[in-house]
Amino acid sequence: MGLAKKGHKTAVIDFDVGLRNLDLIMGCERRVVYDFVNVINGEATLNQALIRDKNCNLLYILPASQTRDKDALSQEGVGKVLDELKKDFKYIVCDSPAGIEKGAHLAMYFADDAFVVTNPEVSSVRDSDRMLGILASKSRRAVDNEEPIKEYLLLTRYSPERVKLGEMLSVDDVQDILSLHLLGVIPESKSVLNASNSGTPVILDEKSDAGQAYADIVARYLGENRPHRFIDDKKGFFRNLFGSK
Amino acid sequence: MSLLDYFRTSKVGSASVAKERLQILVAHERSSRNQPSYLPQLQKELLEVIQKYINVGQDAISVSFEQDENQETLELNIVLPEINTKNT
Repeated sequence: MGLAKKGHKTAVIDFDVGLRNLDLIMGCERRVVYDFVNVINGEATLNQALIRDKNCNLLYILPASQTRDKDALSQEGVGKVLDELKKDFKYIVCDSPAGIEKGAHLAMYFADDAFVVTNPEVSSVRDSDRMLGILASKSRRAVDNEEPIKEYLLLTRYSPERVKLGEMLSVDDVQDILSLHLLGVIPESKSVLNASNSGTPVILDEKSDAGQAYADIVARYLGENRPHRFIDDKKGFFRNLFGSK
Repeated sequence: MSLLDYFRTSKVGSASVAKERLQILVAHERSSRNQPSYLPQLQKELLEVIQKYINVGQDAISVSFEQDENQETLELNIVLPEINTKNT
């Protein structure tokens, strides 16, 4: 959404076959007719399956199939769809399911850039490191001995207050462990649940901290120089001093 | 957060524990990431062969694989049981 808002024609593909949810988050669940697996099997054309976003006409969504399982995706099929999309789109975002199964494997296999989205929480950080290992060894670029995938870190659900109290891993802690280029930090925010409740991406909520953080991240990815926000405790010195809770 | 907290900075939160645990775990997992996948099987089969002749425990054998710039080393370590009684 952020890339499309910046004027780049963008497609998002949901790779979580069997547990489709991108449509719900993007608010287009009632407009799904054909899906990714239909396109791979030749039951629908790409144009029939792509859903144009209602908020931004440069953004298209390719939903996952809800009725099949992950084996319905094949490497050749995915490669063909991506090649076709490449002709028309500047950016293709492959939304990977969690885990290291076939869906996740195919989502990252053809990638040029990878965004590792992590919570400041032990299991999430460990799994991220595991994913980085897979990116470095099993992706197309790794297999073909090409220049490796560019990897970026996105830290979500970050709570500067809890970091300050020593209750949460800090950005620096996570970077020490994963040693990745930090693209941005998304603060823990009520607006995220509000956004998913209503099916409008949080980046469209320009007043919210999380929305602004995502906008910053997109700008940084596109090469703009924006200082990091939402990393430090936003409560001022005086508020700390005079004890507000 | 109050003024008192400034005098209680020595309190250690759970985050430092998390970081320490993760660093150890991730270092361990990274070192085993580049190992060939046959290693556990090799270790198991070697143990079976050795156990035919010597009475050793499950953890008596360790196999490690190291990779330098120009050579690969397979290190095999077998700990024999202490001989505390004369053989009959």
